[in-house]
Amino acid sequence: MSYDVTGEAGLQFFGKMIASISHEIKNVLAVINENAGLLEDFILMEEKGVTLNPEKLKKISKKVMEQVKRADGIIQNMNRFGHSVDETVKTIDVIDTMELMIKLSARFSERVGVSFKMGSHFDPIKITTTPFLLQNVIWFCLDNIMNLAKSGDTVSIVVENNGCDVLIRFFGISGLDGMINYDFPAEREAILLEALSGKLQIDNSAGEIVLYLNGNKN
Amino acid sequence: MGEKILLVDDEKDFIEALGERMENRGMNVSTTTSAKDAIKMVEEETYDAIVLDLQMPEMDGIEALKAIKKINPDMQVILLTGHATVEKGIEAMKLGAMDLIEKPADIEAITEKIKKAQANKIILVEKKTEEKIRKIITSKGW
Repeated sequence: MSYDVTGEAGLQFFGKMIASISHEIKNVLAVINENAGLLEDFILMEEKGVTLNPEKLKKISKKVMEQVKRADGIIQNMNRFGHSVDETVKTIDVIDTMELMIKLSARFSERVGVSFKMGSHFDPIKITTTPFLLQNVIWFCLDNIMNLAKSGDTVSIVVENNGCDVLIRFFGISGLDGMINYDFPAEREAILLEALSGKLQIDNSAGEIVLYLNGNKN
Repeated sequence: MGEKILLVDDEKDFIEALGERMENRGMNVSTTTSAKDAIKMVEEETYDAIVLDLQMPEMDGIEALKAIKKINPDMQVILLTGHATVEKGIEAMKLGAMDLIEKPADIEAITEKIKKAQANKIILVEKKTEEKIRKIITSKGW
């Protein structure tokens, strides 16, 4: 059975990201809901003769505005992700894509206690590729790293262009040195890599995974 | 006397506001953003009910529920989730949760479930007391 990168399997990746985003938005709504309820409580108390505390009201107002900003950020990420399927082949900035995938994975990585940290990059590093498939293979790399790394680990990520390929380098992965029977890259990664003209290189002792992407997909 | 509640959720702004609303309604509320800290608190204190988020970093709600039930099998735990499905509900009940509520939650619904939790706890305490008395009577041959 082959991994259907753009059909069912691609939809599963898309669905997983959207479900995660919906959970994040629910959490924001829960905070806004409770703070709105607290305002309601203060109004009821004031009607019964309890004096309103302006400092408390300011604090609640600030929290609600912070949550609105937070929701806006979440929805911006969702929008960018949604638009990644607008065009089959497009020239994109790999650094931008990597930063988006780190944001989309934040909820998953927080749950396992692993942090992803982008190195400093000054100029865009562009390739012509299928944005959705690239996001999918990056997600698989992050997902597998989260399974392998230990809670408390910070995995660093650097995007480079060596003139021939664009590289995404993940390093500081503590669980790689003990990886013997772990199936990565599996069939699904192999099929995506083939579609992207890419390859994965794993250095177990160095705790490093490198994703090579050929920059000139036509 | 107000119900004694432990609120557990990694969203600090959420449990601060919910905790204050519960206290406005006469409940005695403790809060924590860490499931691991919640387990330590359950070892040291008794609560009428625990309101526990399903998805938290370090330890999720299901793992926390199992650990809490190991310490106190009679503890009444209400799970909070962003997406309540029938499957999740069944899994939670099988593990001993009292109920499952979807966020954002209505304070009246939460309050009602907490009152139910306190009533459940009273019934369980009474049953245990009856059992103790019966054992004493039987052993003394009265």
